[in-house]
Amino acid sequence: MQLISKNSLTNKVRKTANVNAALAAATCALLGTSAVVQADEGLWEMDAALLYYGETERVTAVEGVFSAKKDFGDEHIFSTKITADSLTGASASGAVAQPNAQTYTRPSGKGQYVVAAGEVPLDDTFHDTRVQLEAQWTQPLWNDMRGSTGVHLSKEYDYLSIAVNGSLAKDFNQKNTTVSAGLSLAYDTIDPEGGRPVAFSEMVIDEGQFANEEAYQAAFDATRQTDTDDKTTVDLMFGVTQIINRRILMQFNYGLSMSDGYHTDPFKVLSVVNDQGLTQSLVHEDRPTERTRHNFYWQTKYALDSGVADISYRYATDDWDINSHTIDSRFRFNLSDNTYIQPHFRYYQQSAADFYQPFLLEDSSLPTFASADYRLGEMTAYTIGLKYGMTMPSGNEWAFRVEYYQQDPKNAGFDAPGALQQLDLYPSVKAVIAQVSYSF
Amino acid sequence: MLKKARIILAFLISTQLVGCANLGVQPWERDLLAKEEMALDSEGIDLGLDDHIYFSKEATSGGRAFAGGGCGCN
Repeated sequence: MQLISKNSLTNKVRKTANVNAALAAATCALLGTSAVVQADEGLWEMDAALLYYGETERVTAVEGVFSAKKDFGDEHIFSTKITADSLTGASASGAVAQPNAQTYTRPSGKGQYVVAAGEVPLDDTFHDTRVQLEAQWTQPLWNDMRGSTGVHLSKEYDYLSIAVNGSLAKDFNQKNTTVSAGLSLAYDTIDPEGGRPVAFSEMVIDEGQFANEEAYQAAFDATRQTDTDDKTTVDLMFGVTQIINRRILMQFNYGLSMSDGYHTDPFKVLSVVNDQGLTQSLVHEDRPTERTRHNFYWQTKYALDSGVADISYRYATDDWDINSHTIDSRFRFNLSDNTYIQPHFRYYQQSAADFYQPFLLEDSSLPTFASADYRLGEMTAYTIGLKYGMTMPSGNEWAFRVEYYQQDPKNAGFDAPGALQQLDLYPSVKAVIAQVSYSF
Repeated sequence: MLKKARIILAFLISTQLVGCANLGVQPWERDLLAKEEMALDSEGIDLGLDDHIYFSKEATSGGRAFAGGGCGCN
C-alpha cells in the first residue's frame, strides 16, 4: 500500500514512507546501508554530513559523508555512499606508565618519542586518511520477496577492505512481519608502515648501543615481517521485523561473524615488568588468528503523538571471551511541524578478552597470545548527546548533533606490582562528537 | 491448588498466544508507522558514523548491521 500525502508546509506532493518502506529500511539496515524513506520516483535523495570527533590529548578525526539514493520505479532502489576521514593525534600504545620517562621507537622504526614520568604512553605518530565507497541495489523479486546486493570498499594507507553482500527479505501477515537473511563476505589486507612485528619480538630502542645506523636497522628489521597479511570475514544475519500495533515496531536480529587471519594490531606493545613494577622491555602483541562472534540485537520504535522513542539492546559474545551489553536510546520530540530535538543516551559494557593482559611479568613464561590494548580489556562507556533538526521551507533538512563519549577501562583482576600501584593503568578516554547534516 | 495454578497458567499462555495472533495492524491503521522518523534506520548517516566510532573504540561491532570487515581503524 502506498500513501500519497501533501506536505502542508511545502505544498509539495511527497510519497510518504509507509510501513513497507519501514520494513524495506529494516532490510537495508541489515545490510548496513542508509535507506531513510522511499524516494520520490525519479528523484535523487541526498544526504551530506560532516563529523568531528576529538579525544582529550589523543585522537582527532574529521569525517565527511555523502550519500545518494534513487528509486528507479517499483521499488528498484540504488543507493551509494562515499565516506572520507582523516585521523591525527596520539593513540595508547599498550605500554604502562612508569615513575620515570620512557623512550620508544616509532612503529616505522624511524625516530623515537619520549613519554614523561607518570604519563600514559601514547604513540603520537598516529596519522591516517581513509576513503570508503559503498553501493547497494534493492528490488522486489517474487511473492512479497525482496532481494538486495551490494559492495563495500575501504582504503587506508596501510589497509584495504573489500566486501560483498546479499540478502533476501519476505513479508508475511499482511506485511506486518518481515523475515530476512543476509550474507556478507569481506577480505582485508594489511601492510603497515615499517612491516608487521614478529609476535612477542622486543622493541628495538637505539640508546647508543649500536655501532652505526646499519646495525640498528638490522636489529629493527629482525623484528619485522615485510610481506602483507590478510583476514577474511564471513557474516550471516537473520532478522525479523514485526509491527506490534499502531504505535510499535520491533526488530530482532541474530548475527554470526567468523573471521580468519591477521587480527593483531601491529602498533600495540606490552610492557614486561619486574616485581618492582619497572619496565624491563617492550614486546609486540599477538592475537589469535580466528574469532567467532554472536550478536543478538533487539530494537523497538514507539510512535509518540509528537515524536518517536527508539530503544535498542545488543548482547554480543565471542570465543575470545568478550561479552558485551549495549543499550542505545533516542527520544525525538517534535517542537513544531518543522523542528525537533532528540536526546541520545548510550551505555556500553564489555568484559576482557581471555588473552588481555595490561602488562607481562618478567619471571612468567610467555603466553600463547597477549594484548594490552585497552579496547580488549574490561570497560564501560557511555554517550550522552543532543540533536536539533529543522526542515526548511524547501523541504530540505538541517540537523546538528553534539555528544560526549567517555570510556572507563577497569581492572579485570590483575595485581599490579610495586611502582605500578601508584600509576594510572586504566585511564579514562573522553571525547566530544559534533556533527552537521544536510538532507536534500 | 496445583490444578488451579495450572489452569491460571494455561489461561495466561492462551491469552498471550491470542495476543500474538493479533499482532500487527490493518492497512488503514498505518498512519503513525508511516512517518519518516518511524523507519528503523531513519537516521542512516548518523547510525553509520556511530557504528564507525564504536567499531574503532570498542571490542564489539555489528548487531544492527553486519559486524565484520570494514577498516583498520585504530
